[in-house]
Amino acid sequence: MARYTIQRLVYMVITLFIIATVTFFLMKLLPGSPLQNQEKLTPEQRAIILKEYGLDKPVPVQYVQYLGNLLKGDLGVSFQYDNRPVTELIGDRIGPSAQLGFQAIVLGTLVGLVLGILAAIRHNSWGDYTATVIAVIGISVPSFVLAGFLQYFIGVKLQWLPVAFWEGFKYTIMPTLALSVGVIANTARFMRTEMLEVLSSDYILTARAKGISNAGVIIKHAIRNSLIPVITILGPMAVNLMTGTLVIEKIFAVPGLGEQFVRSIELNDYPVIMGTTLFYSALLIFVIFIVDILYGIVDPRIRLAGGKK
Amino acid sequence: MMAKQQYEQLSPEWFQPAPPNVGEQEKINRPSLTFWQDAWLRLRENKAAIVGLVMIIILALMAIIAPMASDRTYKDQNLRHAKLPPKIPVLEHIHWLPFDGRDANGVDVYKQRGVKEYYWFGTDDLGRDLWVRTWYGTRISLYIGLLAALIDLLIGIAYGGISGYYGGRVDNVMQRIIEILNGIPYLIMVILFILIFEPGIISITLAMVITGWTTMARIVRGQVLKLKNMEYVLAARTLGAPTSRLIFKHLIPNVIGPIIITTMFTIPSAIFTEAFLSFIGLGIRPPEASLGSLVNDGYKSIQTYPHLMIIPAVVISLLILSFNLVADGIRDALDPKMRK
Repeated sequence: MARYTIQRLVYMVITLFIIATVTFFLMKLLPGSPLQNQEKLTPEQRAIILKEYGLDKPVPVQYVQYLGNLLKGDLGVSFQYDNRPVTELIGDRIGPSAQLGFQAIVLGTLVGLVLGILAAIRHNSWGDYTATVIAVIGISVPSFVLAGFLQYFIGVKLQWLPVAFWEGFKYTIMPTLALSVGVIANTARFMRTEMLEVLSSDYILTARAKGISNAGVIIKHAIRNSLIPVITILGPMAVNLMTGTLVIEKIFAVPGLGEQFVRSIELNDYPVIMGTTLFYSALLIFVIFIVDILYGIVDPRIRLAGGKK
Repeated sequence: MMAKQQYEQLSPEWFQPAPPNVGEQEKINRPSLTFWQDAWLRLRENKAAIVGLVMIIILALMAIIAPMASDRTYKDQNLRHAKLPPKIPVLEHIHWLPFDGRDANGVDVYKQRGVKEYYWFGTDDLGRDLWVRTWYGTRISLYIGLLAALIDLLIGIAYGGISGYYGGRVDNVMQRIIEILNGIPYLIMVILFILIFEPGIISITLAMVITGWTTMARIVRGQVLKLKNMEYVLAARTLGAPTSRLIFKHLIPNVIGPIIITTMFTIPSAIFTEAFLSFIGLGIRPPEASLGSLVNDGYKSIQTYPHLMIIPAVVISLLILSFNLVADGIRDALDPKMRK
């Protein structure tokens, strides 16, 4: 286990380094320039501005500087947001995004698990079909479409909840719902399949033969064993949530990281794009790492086999 | 007593062994089915999958025919006809359907402005026909879906096949490359590529060529690793079959099930990705239309002209839903484990 963890850690660092490098050179290839809106600048003024941001040096020098700063946790300063450090901008915006993501994942996994378990217990009943249909629709309807319908029907027509902005818990309900539907659908689908497989295995038959009540079999044996593989979908789910926040925050005007990321792309604000990309990648790689390790700890079969592969 | 009498009535002649009838025993009463016929039978029983298939065909036909059949194009502007609600002949008389040419306040805008023409899905704020634009956008979605499938089939299978077949160091290096590609969140990769090239259909295509095939490669590799040590492969190799023949004639046909399933699931997710990118303004640029950008445009006037958002939103949802239903059906039909 320790060897596996270390190996995974090394890969994690290498991947992050490659992402940092790729992002840096991609940014250098970009067609737009942060100075493109100030065409009236004299060459001298332009040179001063370039020097201030360190853009006058040759690209390899910029690259080394960039990597050095990165190690110190310095992601540079924004071109557009009044020269504020990117780390500070990310720090300011992470709160709402994290809250939305957390609420969505808690709501989504809970509802999804319940739906999946119910569907599996009542296999091939109308309840099962309903859960399956909900899951397929939840996977198919894009979150931005769902958010739009929620906003139109609940916000505009019924006026039950505020249409947009971020001024209290009430404002988080619709974005959380829109984000969590994908999570619900994925969890329910996965849990149903796992549960069906576990329910048809021999040890369930043994448990029943021993005379354990139906509820006991399901709670003590079936659910506990089906929960283990569900950990594996937490990684992809985190990726989905991140993708989701980009649009959901835009739609509901939430002052989060995703909204700022989309805006910085439109504004050619390189340091913010680079910084946020790196931040997102690091976060996701870390989540996937934790999920893999956790899976090894929870499921002894994997530990004994010496790593996941 | 009764029982004994009955036994005595039984004659031993009745208990002769039946004459051996070898030909009759071995006779197959029903025609034997190939793997594909069997799969098709199972798929046909899956109502959801058939509904999905029919919907895909209808949507595809509309996408092909509708823009051609209309005398308007996706970029024709007519400011005098801007922001008209939907109006469809015949359906306009059914008052609870939103196709009577009335806006949110119940005013018949067509009569008010003296517009004689019918705009089936209404028009946007520049007077462009939403009917044509929606189906034009569907074309783009379908193109992206087909492209993703093609990339999966060409790059994914070749990469996974080579990696799994050769194994050893080649496999190790190729897998590390995939691991790093996978480590970078797909969406961020696509966004970075779109930033270098101008947003548009070519950038999305290129980004997908580079990132879209890793799942397929992994699945094919896993299957090939399992299959390459089978006896029939050894037999073919002993007979001197070249590597390319082994891969394409023996290994790939045996992996075809997982390949088809993976391809089918790639299509809806690619369609979703394109719509998503266009929605945040990184995909198709105006005047061209994509379902994602149409939904985004619709948001701006959601309070006054909800049809601008709802119609493309329904079409994109139906499209992704149908592909998911068919993919689910094909998975159940091809995977013998799912047999009841």
